[in-house]
Amino acid sequence: MASITLENLTKSYGETEVLHHVDGHIEDGEFIVVVGPSGCGKSTLLRMIAGLETITSGVVRIGERVVNNLEPAQRDIAMVFQNYALYPHMSVRENMAYGLKIRRLPKSEIDRRVREAAEILEIGDYLDRKPRQLSGGQRQRVAMGRAIVRDPQVFLFDEPLSNLDAKLRVQMRLEIRKLQRRLGVTSIFVTHDQVEAMTLGDRLMVLNAGYVEQFGTPIELYSRPASLFVAGFIGSPAMNFLPAQAEGGRLRLEGGATLACDTASRGPVTLGIRPEHLVADPDGPIVLRVDVLEQLGANTLVHGTLAGTRTELTASLDGVRQIATGDEIAFTAAGEALHIFDRDSGKRLEG
Amino acid sequence: MVENRRWLDILTHAVLILGIAIVALPIWITFVAASHDALRMTQTPLPLLPGGHFWRNFIDTLLGSGLSGTEIAPVWRMLLNSLVMALMIATGKIAISIISAFAIVYFRFPFRMGFFWMIFITLMLPVEVRILPTFEVVADLGMLNSYWGLTVPLIASATATFMFRQVFLTIPDEMLESARVDGAGPLRFFWDILVPLSRTNIAALFVILFIYGWNQYLWPLLITTDTSMTTIVISIKQMLEAAEQTPEWNIIMMTALLAMLPPIIVVITMQRLFVKGLTETEK
Ligand SMILES: Nc1ncnc2c1ncn2[C@@H]1O[C@H](COP(=O)(O)OP(=O)(O)O)[C@@H](O)[C@H]1O
Ligand SMILES: [Mg+2]
Repeated sequence: MASITLENLTKSYGETEVLHHVDGHIEDGEFIVVVGPSGCGKSTLLRMIAGLETITSGVVRIGERVVNNLEPAQRDIAMVFQNYALYPHMSVRENMAYGLKIRRLPKSEIDRRVREAAEILEIGDYLDRKPRQLSGGQRQRVAMGRAIVRDPQVFLFDEPLSNLDAKLRVQMRLEIRKLQRRLGVTSIFVTHDQVEAMTLGDRLMVLNAGYVEQFGTPIELYSRPASLFVAGFIGSPAMNFLPAQAEGGRLRLEGGATLACDTASRGPVTLGIRPEHLVADPDGPIVLRVDVLEQLGANTLVHGTLAGTRTELTASLDGVRQIATGDEIAFTAAGEALHIFDRDSGKRLEG
Repeated sequence: MVENRRWLDILTHAVLILGIAIVALPIWITFVAASHDALRMTQTPLPLLPGGHFWRNFIDTLLGSGLSGTEIAPVWRMLLNSLVMALMIATGKIAISIISAFAIVYFRFPFRMGFFWMIFITLMLPVEVRILPTFEVVADLGMLNSYWGLTVPLIASATATFMFRQVFLTIPDEMLESARVDGAGPLRFFWDILVPLSRTNIAALFVILFIYGWNQYLWPLLITTDTSMTTIVISIKQMLEAAEQTPEWNIIMMTALLAMLPPIIVVITMQRLFVKGLTETEK
């Protein structure tokens, strides 16, 4: 097992830099999820760690070893690809054994490892089938099996669940998590799905346009997002953003209502409040003018606008509610539920 | 509708049977001619039903000196020459083109596109166009009347290189990457992954190139003067022109039948792979 250190990692394709100064330290045995919208550079980062992309500048360390110039096979990693990349002409058994055969492990050792991995993943019954004779979920398991038999220092996953249907995805997600706990192998998992990220990761690295926006535990990201981007990306339904004026100790919303708030800053800010943190209060300063309801059974999402403005606002209320379009509901929010961001840079202001 | 369809069925079958009959008639006549004795073939009307000399002619043609009074080698020897030539052309073309496609698709070397276009340009230079210089080169290398002289100038092949390039481009990049993670070097990747994945394409190409090699006429005609190196296709033509005697049609037709046999065997045995190779795109 090993830790992974990324130091000032940069990737350029020709003139365009697609990853900018990525730093991070991953503890031995940790499960890290790299999450961000499509095209933000997640795969590129993972492939640089795997050795499938060259490193433009910076250092990747696995354990104590700088691996910048090592071939993927020498880095002691295993990778699970999005479309599994199983060899179509080899049986499941041969697919799993191929890497070990190249490493010239004795046949008995190869057999033992394949058998063990097959047992863990419950794929023993179709070891002699070809990949095309398997379902998507089974192929996924074989791809995992191929990674496990290598007994590597690091597992790398590039959106391995995105080709599965929703139900299987949830199931495989749990299995990957359990498997990683059981084997204790340091893992990096790439996804664009924030729910997947929140449920899987010990820590999440949020990438946006090649920059690391925040690197922390799911709860840190949820309760103290470092930027507007993270605040909007993590959590569902998404956080509300209201333009406001900080006036030292209080916030003045559009339309003039004020909220008490222990901020020292002054000037234009963006106020973020999660829909689930809005509390109905007849005297509250935040008034929602209702447009549509989304009935989810356990709760009701109320979509509308901040009264008197065109700023969109969503609240989440317990249970089933019947509210007419055009009604106005007043809300308040606790001080610790208010997230204040700089209007221009989008960075979180103290608090 | 049902009645209509039945008539349509009958009509299409009739057309198909007629077509087959037209195509098969020359082969039937060849077969009939090969089963009579030499005398009968000089009398009119020409026979339309097989005679009783088929096996006699078969043995005479295959093992004897072929046409009486000529210096043509026995037909088994010419069959062997053709077989060696066709096999060398087919395997040589496949080997060279799969390796060049491998280089062009999977390696980044200087002037890669330059080489690609150079291969492309050879499409415009078949043997017929460069026949004199090629002959001179082969003669200077002392390869006249040899299997190498027969095959090497025909082997370099742009079309097969393109075909393999297309095949390789359809193989997802992840296949290469996953092989790299598994620790496979370029040659292992080639043998363990690329060649098995191109199996059906190789088979299809083999069939096409075998027949191409088998049917070569102009080049073997130039390069072989020794009758022991003659190919079967050429020998049929030579038999027709055998000097100062009436053509022995029964022997000539038997030779023609024998010349048809190997390509037919290749097509039939490789038919399944052949069809898959031409139609299958899923990898
Ligand atoms: N081979 C390449 N050449 C040029 N640009 C590339 C190449 N590969 C990826 N990119 C660019 O790098 C950025 C990040 O890509 P990628 O890491 O695949 O994103 P993600 O996996 O987060 O969706 C994208 O903007 C993409 O266009
Ligand atoms: Mg990606």
